[in-house]
Amino acid sequence: MDKLPRWADIALIPAINLALALIVSGIVVTFIGQDPFEALAIMVNGAVGSTYGWGYTLYYATNFVFTGLAVAIAFHARLFNIGGEGQAQLGSLGVALVSLMIPWPHWTLALPAAIVGGAVFGAAWAAIPAYLQATRGSHIVITTIMFNFIASALLVYLLVETLKVPGSMAPETARFPEGARLPSARDVLAVIGVPFSRTPLNVSFLVALFACWALWLLLWRTRLGFEIRAFGRSEPAARYAGISPLRITMIAMLISGALAGLMAINAVMGEQERLIQDNVLGAGFVGIAVALMGRSHPVGVLIAAILFGALYQGGAELEFETAVPREMVVVIQALVILFTGALDGMVRRPLEGMFLRFRRKPKPGVAAE
Amino acid sequence: MTLMHKFTTAAAVTALSAGAALAEPGLIIDLGGKFDKSFNESAYTGAQRWVEETGGSYMETELASEAQREQTMRRMAERGANPVVVLGFANASTLETVAPDYPETNFVIVDMVVDQPNVQSVVFSEHQGSYLVGLMAAMASETGTVSFVGGMDVPLIRKFACGYAQGAKSVADDIEVISNMTGTTPAAWNDPVKGAELTRSQISQGSDVVFAAAGGTGVGVLQAAADEGILAIGVDSNQNYLFPGTMLTSMVKRVDNAVYDAFQSAEAGDLETGVQVKGLEDEGVAVAMDEYNADLVTEEMQAAVDEARAKIISGELEVHDYTSDDSCPALTF
Repeated sequence: MDKLPRWADIALIPAINLALALIVSGIVVTFIGQDPFEALAIMVNGAVGSTYGWGYTLYYATNFVFTGLAVAIAFHARLFNIGGEGQAQLGSLGVALVSLMIPWPHWTLALPAAIVGGAVFGAAWAAIPAYLQATRGSHIVITTIMFNFIASALLVYLLVETLKVPGSMAPETARFPEGARLPSARDVLAVIGVPFSRTPLNVSFLVALFACWALWLLLWRTRLGFEIRAFGRSEPAARYAGISPLRITMIAMLISGALAGLMAINAVMGEQERLIQDNVLGAGFVGIAVALMGRSHPVGVLIAAILFGALYQGGAELEFETAVPREMVVVIQALVILFTGALDGMVRRPLEGMFLRFRRKPKPGVAAE
Repeated sequence: MTLMHKFTTAAAVTALSAGAALAEPGLIIDLGGKFDKSFNESAYTGAQRWVEETGGSYMETELASEAQREQTMRRMAERGANPVVVLGFANASTLETVAPDYPETNFVIVDMVVDQPNVQSVVFSEHQGSYLVGLMAAMASETGTVSFVGGMDVPLIRKFACGYAQGAKSVADDIEVISNMTGTTPAAWNDPVKGAELTRSQISQGSDVVFAAAGGTGVGVLQAAADEGILAIGVDSNQNYLFPGTMLTSMVKRVDNAVYDAFQSAEAGDLETGVQVKGLEDEGVAVAMDEYNADLVTEEMQAAVDEARAKIISGELEVHDYTSDDSCPALTF
């Protein structure tokens, strides 16, 4: 674990992976007859070149922070929660119910309630696979991914059968009332006189930042966090130390599901303002890549989430501006995920060897890390 | 630093081209795909016809998912597209909130009414066109059973089914009409496999003419009909050419005209907002007759269609519109 200095682990390897992914994407873009540099310029400019771009980038990033943190905490307990998609869908249901059922006078009251609603629904959806894993040994990868399908089917059923506005044709709920709408970055910044484009970026971005900090605090500054990490490193050792596997599995997965569910306050409450069918937009799966790339550290997750947000937004711009087809944008995003997630070892091992060779040289006065 | 410079230059260039592109019309292709051989493709054809005739250019983008409707619509409006044409009822609630934010931009929505001062809503009298193809189906059927495959189960599609059933029953009161819907979500617009399965199941129940009103799913329906050797009726675009010999006709819904007219009138600067109903009279809906189905359409059929069409236009014959009271006298769902 200590073969690499911390900065190399957190920053250098992801940067190299990203560069490799971009080079391969560039080659693919060239093959379909487009200028890769122009494409890159459009993507970068579209993602961070204007307040409009930043607004959308950070809006998507907010989604990915929540789902990325959800995957990250499960990773620390060596649980591979790939059910973020389903947990976020259930979270969206919780948020929508809270927002629609009660006539909120002001968003400051609606937001905490929606946070509770989203978190409880998301956690509940994660609880069943967690319990099965802890007591029955049903593999969490299998159960969580199957729960994604159940969540999607459940949502469709509810939208079509009960939540749909009578007489409307589209399977979606009514718009949330005025009191349950979150102020956007445009509204907030207008108060202090900063002009900002109309984007869906809203106050839940701050909630996401708070969640990063809170998760860091939990993992590295509390006893529970230590137990989670100890359990993740070695289950027998943790058991020997008196840590209950059932308890840690359940708690880690409940927090994970709750974080995934929180995504809905950004997507459903902050942007769509109504419950629609595929509101999660694959963010649950992107969260896995974000957690991998961020090395399951809240700061890393935040940075990786912003990167993926930029990729999403830049990709959308690319599709608008050029003849690059939408599928191509997905290919570029997939390449980034492939290089940062799956092919991580390809860069890591040679780099570890390199660092080891440098460190072998005896340096007087430098303590071994 | 040089890289940064490159980006800023690129930004300036994009900004310039965006300025130059002002007031081009924009078209947002809906879920189901541009080449669904039906609804979306009809809109695309209309836009292409406008390009060919006027040499103008327009902006086009294809919707990737339900959740990106709003971003796509805003992006189109912010890039200066005018009018922005959106396709399908699913855009209604998004357009309700987007349109007031861009009072200078006109929007056109097909298949749904959005009550905003800068929105033109184009709706079609699908029940009338469906009545005519129902009439033809009943006349062509030998088994006395005809069938309908819908896409997503929404009032709009029931309107098709209801018109179709009324047309069929007008030929013979005892004719049986089977109706199936592919699904309850937008995925039902693009599921040709399930469309084919439903058709086979209807054939096993005795149907020998099937009418598909299901977007991209319809391709599977028409294919299954061709494979099993029964007659099929296409929808939205003229689909007669797809399977010559088994395509009885197509209930053409001139989405292409709606798009073409919107583009054209925007160029002339006289786009009228408000509701526009396109029916049999102005060829907004019609029965497709061409060389591909000439052998299948008998003279009696043609005469009956012409007669019914004239009666509907004159008001002598009234076809019940499902969406007017959410019920159908000729068919139960």
